[in-house]
Amino acid sequence: MIRSVFITLRLAIYSLLLHKLRTGLAVVGILIGIMAVIWLVAMGQGVSYQAQKQIEDLGARNIIVRSVKPSDQGSSAASRSFFLEYGLLREDYQRIVTNIPAGVIEQAVPIREMRKEFRRDAYTVEGRLVGCPPEYYSLNNLRMESGRFLEDRDGEPPDNVCVLAATTAAKLFPLEDPIGKNIQIDRDFYVVIGQTAERDPTAAIGGSLDSQDYNLDVYIPLQTLRWRIGDMVFTSRSGSREGEIVQLSQITLTIADKDQVYETAGIIRSLLDKYHPRQDFGVVVPQELLRQAKLIEMMFNILLVIIAGISLVVGGIGIMNIMLATVTERTREIGIRRALGAKRRAIIQQFLAESVVLTGVGGLLGVGCGFLVGPVVRSVRDVAQQVFPDMMSALPSVIMELQPRIAWWSIAASLFISIGVGVLFGIYPALRAAYMDPIEALRHE
Amino acid sequence: MTLALRVENLHKDYVLKGETVRALRGVTFQVELGEYIAVMGPSGSGKSTLLNLLGCLDRPTAGSYYLGGRDVARLNDNSLSDVRAANIGFVFQSYNLIPQLTVVENIEVPLYYQGRLNAANRRRCRELACLVGLRDRLHHRPTELSGGQQQRVAIARSLANDPYFILADEPTGNLDTATSEEVLELFEKLNKQGKTIVLVTHENDVAARCKRVLRLRDGLVESDVLH
Repeated sequence: MIRSVFITLRLAIYSLLLHKLRTGLAVVGILIGIMAVIWLVAMGQGVSYQAQKQIEDLGARNIIVRSVKPSDQGSSAASRSFFLEYGLLREDYQRIVTNIPAGVIEQAVPIREMRKEFRRDAYTVEGRLVGCPPEYYSLNNLRMESGRFLEDRDGEPPDNVCVLAATTAAKLFPLEDPIGKNIQIDRDFYVVIGQTAERDPTAAIGGSLDSQDYNLDVYIPLQTLRWRIGDMVFTSRSGSREGEIVQLSQITLTIADKDQVYETAGIIRSLLDKYHPRQDFGVVVPQELLRQAKLIEMMFNILLVIIAGISLVVGGIGIMNIMLATVTERTREIGIRRALGAKRRAIIQQFLAESVVLTGVGGLLGVGCGFLVGPVVRSVRDVAQQVFPDMMSALPSVIMELQPRIAWWSIAASLFISIGVGVLFGIYPALRAAYMDPIEALRHE
Repeated sequence: MTLALRVENLHKDYVLKGETVRALRGVTFQVELGEYIAVMGPSGSGKSTLLNLLGCLDRPTAGSYYLGGRDVARLNDNSLSDVRAANIGFVFQSYNLIPQLTVVENIEVPLYYQGRLNAANRRRCRELACLVGLRDRLHHRPTELSGGQQQRVAIARSLANDPYFILADEPTGNLDTATSEEVLELFEKLNKQGKTIVLVTHENDVAARCKRVLRLRDGLVESDVLH
């Protein structure tokens, strides 16, 4: 049994080697199809892994309430008042905390963030100033490099202390340990009490959240920010100065029970709607984003399966073409074999073995090339970055940071599919060979 | 004497473009084991049709064909394949070796399709190759051999399954005189060893070397002469 399988396979390989170029081209057809399957799946997995990881970073039990600059406000209101006042109020925070039943909310973290220039001696760096309570630390999975993070006592009474993020610290204190030193924000000086470790930035998720680079931050107590800087912020934009009054930029709520997240988000929305007719706030539920991301992943995968299917059908047609040519060409051989006692089944076996060897080899090589997806994507990106830097910087970060992840199931499936393609597209030529009239076949020139 | 084969009132009709062609119209003869018989006849005599029927490549419209005592006239395609593999040794005009196989592998083919390819049989196939004088060509491919050598491989192949008879179709048709002579001498040698040979030919001098000549004309046996 094993012996005859071996003989059949060896014969198939001999016969295929009679036409090396033709065989090679047919193999390449399958190779490309299988490689496409593995590459596409790997890239799809990379994208969805990235998205899901970011969403999970935001916390599946969290609700993010953000201030949103009203867009329909238009120029009429801006001309009436020099300052644009919008967003979440400290009252809103109180409303949420008092109106949602106790126990539902595990923690509520209000923050105020703004762009600022940080100075220390001759060094300046522009970054994000975040006024936050101590809980901000655990909420965003920060880690300390040295010193400590903000504590409750820093805000009561409000002290001029700050925690620097990794890049901020490196830029302001390139040579020294920043702990205990002062930095200047506007007119005030703040004592550095700690430095956070480097943290991977999060990419933007859909249109709901901007990407966040935590490494250029400076953290100060929320109360300190209110006393020292206030709610009013001036920004210079193309020559003209604008003012904004925003009390809180964001309130992040962690809900105790995962199943209550949606319901609570709805309550918060209707609670705030009454006080914010201008819709100057937004509620983001990461869990919902996660669900959307999974849905998109599924649709993406279906699309990939269709594309890969098409490329395999194309490869398969190539195989069928080759096999039909082979069968016609070897009509005489088929006649000889039939005369010498080969049953139809044996002829089918012989030609199926050939097509399966073709697609199997194509599949194996395709899997081999599939493993190159990581290096290829990286080097293509590097080359593109050097040749078209402008175009590349315009690409969304999802593509820029894409790390393909080879899915093991796609390799197993590819090998299985490639053999399946061999059988599927080889069966008709094999049947045609087997059902030839042996007398006619022997007479064939 | 035991019979190698016996045909009885063999008929074969073909339908060509709506017209029925009666290729064989009742052929009856028998061949005993150890005979060396030539089948002759002009084109259109039914010679090729008889060859196909004797070779179990086709089925008669009517009549019986006993091969070693078994009626094979009504067998299905699968069983006919088995009969060909086990009981008939083919030698063709154009050698018909399989180009991708070596000499020994070509000789092994009938045994392979019988599922009898074991070490002992493989050794026998090598011996057959030596018997026909190809001791130093065992692992050559057909394209590396001369016509005469190829035909000798084909003869060795026809012996591999130890058949009831060797069915040779114009075995010298593609060979020059000297090589033809070699092949015919080989047949005679095999016949002396007891092999039954049915040789289809249109060459009189080839037929003259056989012990018995069967002539066909218009689908009937015209004469059956024993030398």
